[in-house]
Amino acid sequence: MLEIRGLSKSFGGVKATDNVSLDFADGSLTAVIGPNGAGKSTFFNLITGALKPDAGKILLDGIDLAGRSPPDIVRCGIGRAFQVASIFPSLTVQETMLAAVGANQGRAGVLYRRFPLAETRDRAEHAMELLGLADRRGRTAATLSHGDQKLLDIALALVLDPKVLLLDEPTAGMGTEERWRMIDKIRELWEKQNITVVFIEHDMDIVFKIAPAIVVLCYGRVLASGPPDQIRRNDAVIDAYLGTEYHTRTAI
Amino acid sequence: MTELRAVQTGRSLSVPRVETRSQRSRSLDVLVALTAFVVLALLPSLFGSKALLDFVIRCSAFGLFATSLNLLVGYTGMISFGHGMFFGIGAYSFGLLMQRAGVSIPVAFVAALLITAIAAAIIGAICVRLKAIYFAFVTLAFQMLIHSTILAWASLTGGDQGLRGGIPRPVFLGVDLSNHLHLYVTSCALLVLGLLLMRQIAQSPFGYTLRMIRDNANRASFVGIDVWRAKLMVFVLAAVFASAGGIVMALFVSGAYPEFAYWTISGEGIFINMLGGVTTFLGPMVGTVLLLTLNDTVTRLTDYYGIVLGIVILFFAIGLRKGLMDFAVGWYTRRREREHC
Repeated sequence: MLEIRGLSKSFGGVKATDNVSLDFADGSLTAVIGPNGAGKSTFFNLITGALKPDAGKILLDGIDLAGRSPPDIVRCGIGRAFQVASIFPSLTVQETMLAAVGANQGRAGVLYRRFPLAETRDRAEHAMELLGLADRRGRTAATLSHGDQKLLDIALALVLDPKVLLLDEPTAGMGTEERWRMIDKIRELWEKQNITVVFIEHDMDIVFKIAPAIVVLCYGRVLASGPPDQIRRNDAVIDAYLGTEYHTRTAI
Repeated sequence: MTELRAVQTGRSLSVPRVETRSQRSRSLDVLVALTAFVVLALLPSLFGSKALLDFVIRCSAFGLFATSLNLLVGYTGMISFGHGMFFGIGAYSFGLLMQRAGVSIPVAFVAALLITAIAAAIIGAICVRLKAIYFAFVTLAFQMLIHSTILAWASLTGGDQGLRGGIPRPVFLGVDLSNHLHLYVTSCALLVLGLLLMRQIAQSPFGYTLRMIRDNANRASFVGIDVWRAKLMVFVLAAVFASAGGIVMALFVSGAYPEFAYWTISGEGIFINMLGGVTTFLGPMVGTVLLLTLNDTVTRLTDYYGIVLGIVILFFAIGLRKGLMDFAVGWYTRRREREHC
């Protein structure tokens, strides 16, 4: 269970995250939505340790992770993928997976053995199969298509066996068809892996279709949270975010 | 091709295969190293030239130094402009231990490496957290600090005169380093052993941690890697091998001079890496041979060594845009791909 309590972060006078408290139950799938500058990415950066919160707690199974370093938080079980695919351009898909598993097993500093280690093989293989990258294992990451790079980024988070997986706009920069393929993949992962998944998404059709729970952020605050039906009918959300365009669209 | 094979073998079979393959790659490296050593050791009986042996000894010293710098530059993406200080620290601490403490050569050798490691750990702790250009500048600043200390502390180091009076070379285990042939074979052995150890580092899981940091340090930290700890570790390891190079040099010239710790040594290390290339393990070794050959021939022909060297460097940097080995490997893979089509 991931519990966020009173999380706050300011940049100068701007409150990017303002007293946010949320619960993410084990095995839940939650979409985070909000207009540009709502503090979605900052929220992820705080949870993963990329930014240090000014105040508040980040409790994973009761242990407070606020203020810890990114590698520390990753080891505690929170993995993340990035808005712009963050990968290792010169490594192949397989090397990326094997090296990540090695690091996760605490073997990043081993000098006297040769890469790859046999005990990293199964998990690397599993992650590649899950994300459909197995047939591109020998390709250098830099030569993959944009969509595959996003998948590799997610694989890189997933291969660490996280309890919570944070995906920052997994469909960013994709065409409509590719978006749906990606989102189906994520849903499939969530169902198979039984992990907590939180993802940021801009496409409302996708969000309302697949997310059992939605969090709406606006100016760093939680505007609303709950199942899609509730969010759709929430007046504050409609005014602040979905806006008149959404009114007309639902009317049609 | 490899992709297909990997898929076909399936999972249960391939688990032990991974380890065997890594075993095999290690055995291959050992084999190559042994062959290289045998060839080098046979050179004196084939060619009687003392100059050639001197050339190989200098290649050993600079090869160890330049390859260790490549662990930082090529594998980790840390551009150090002060790596030469560890070459100097190795030479001076070895020379001083031999002159003043009167210990045996192996003891002084290990002690000198230890002293360098400690110095590197302290300097590295300050430097490795800095980003790219600041890291380069601060390592350069430390280099100048070490150099100035050597000049100023004349009672210990002999100041600008260096360690004079020769380094005593007592016989150990039947090896007499005042014998030119013994010195030659020992230098070759140190070079081959040093390269083999550095190759192991480069191909170990830690070596891949370094590659991840080079490619994308931020992502590496989100995979659970303590980036600065890994950087500090490779900084110290590289310093130790640079130190070994300095010791070979001290043995060769039977002394240690402030120039060994001057920034020009670091500069030569960078030149060598540019000449040979940083994307292959042996690139710096090829670069070493290139630079020393250039050095020896050009200085014999003209006084304008600097100009000629500058033009050659420009040719590699702007013309090829990479080192010789990078170029060769690129050309070879392109040719093979064309054949496959």
